[in-house]
Amino acid sequence: MRFGVVTFPGSNCDDDAVHAVVDALGAECVRLWHKDHDLKRAEVIILPGGFSYGDYLRPGAIARFSPIMREVVQHAKRGYPVLGVCNGFQILCEAGVLPGALLRNARLKFVCRKVTLRVENDATLFTSQYERGQLLRIPIAHGDGRFTIDPDGLERLREHDQIVFRYVDSDGATSDDANPNGAQDHIAGIVNEAGNVLGMMPHPERAVDSLLGSADGLPLFQSLLARVSA
Amino acid sequence: MTQYRVAVHIVPRRGVLDPQGQAVTDALHALGFAAVGDVRVGRHIVIGMNADAPQAAEQAARDMCDKLLANPVTEDYEIAGIAPIHAEAHA
Repeated sequence: MRFGVVTFPGSNCDDDAVHAVVDALGAECVRLWHKDHDLKRAEVIILPGGFSYGDYLRPGAIARFSPIMREVVQHAKRGYPVLGVCNGFQILCEAGVLPGALLRNARLKFVCRKVTLRVENDATLFTSQYERGQLLRIPIAHGDGRFTIDPDGLERLREHDQIVFRYVDSDGATSDDANPNGAQDHIAGIVNEAGNVLGMMPHPERAVDSLLGSADGLPLFQSLLARVSA
Repeated sequence: MTQYRVAVHIVPRRGVLDPQGQAVTDALHALGFAAVGDVRVGRHIVIGMNADAPQAAEQAARDMCDKLLANPVTEDYEIAGIAPIHAEAHA
């Protein structure tokens, strides 16, 4: 099975994503350029973090019209796994593949630190190697990560168990202090209703080696491998 | 065809937390502008384009807002003005 990592002009976590897939996971990975028109037989697509198009207009607003995105959206509709991290999450929301939007952090500051996440749904193809309620230490680095959605949309997310990760404190409890960006309902990551597209602000690809502070992101990639190879 | 300049205002939708607007509100209050109720900070975009009539220019600008310039989830927009660009500007 093969992963594909998309590079947009301004992506800066594409190398980290490739490193996670190739060196930490040991899987095959192909690099995709935003102007490409095909996914080069990749099954799992990763939209990495960064500042595509300089975040002009709104983060992800211009990248969603890159030629590769037409293929990525089709790929997602066919049920293949798509993972959007940070700017990748913003792009997926702008493209309408995931509901909601990511707005300027409530405290207006770019936040770059490790946070604690709670796994809310371990039944997705991204989280089968975690357990519900498990706490993860994963870095974040963003200025526009405040997940926002209308009340009906939030209700739908809860109803369909689409909230995958929440920001929590070290005891696993949600609180305003533990919410780094003011995200609605402490949401750090969601899947689409079909469950094959995950968007998350934290960076699992930067947490694949305990030597670098945390390996808590690795099971996310292992979940994909386990599922797709099965 | 006439050249028009269309101005668009885009602001965070009411009910959506606007921390920039809140910070500006607080600063204005601190400066003594006690009458200020709330402030919302958005974007002002000026588009130059060719169109047959001002109505067509406005419709095109609305399409642009729906597709790209505004986020339908969190933002509202309004056409703030449409004016023909006079001949001397592009003579």
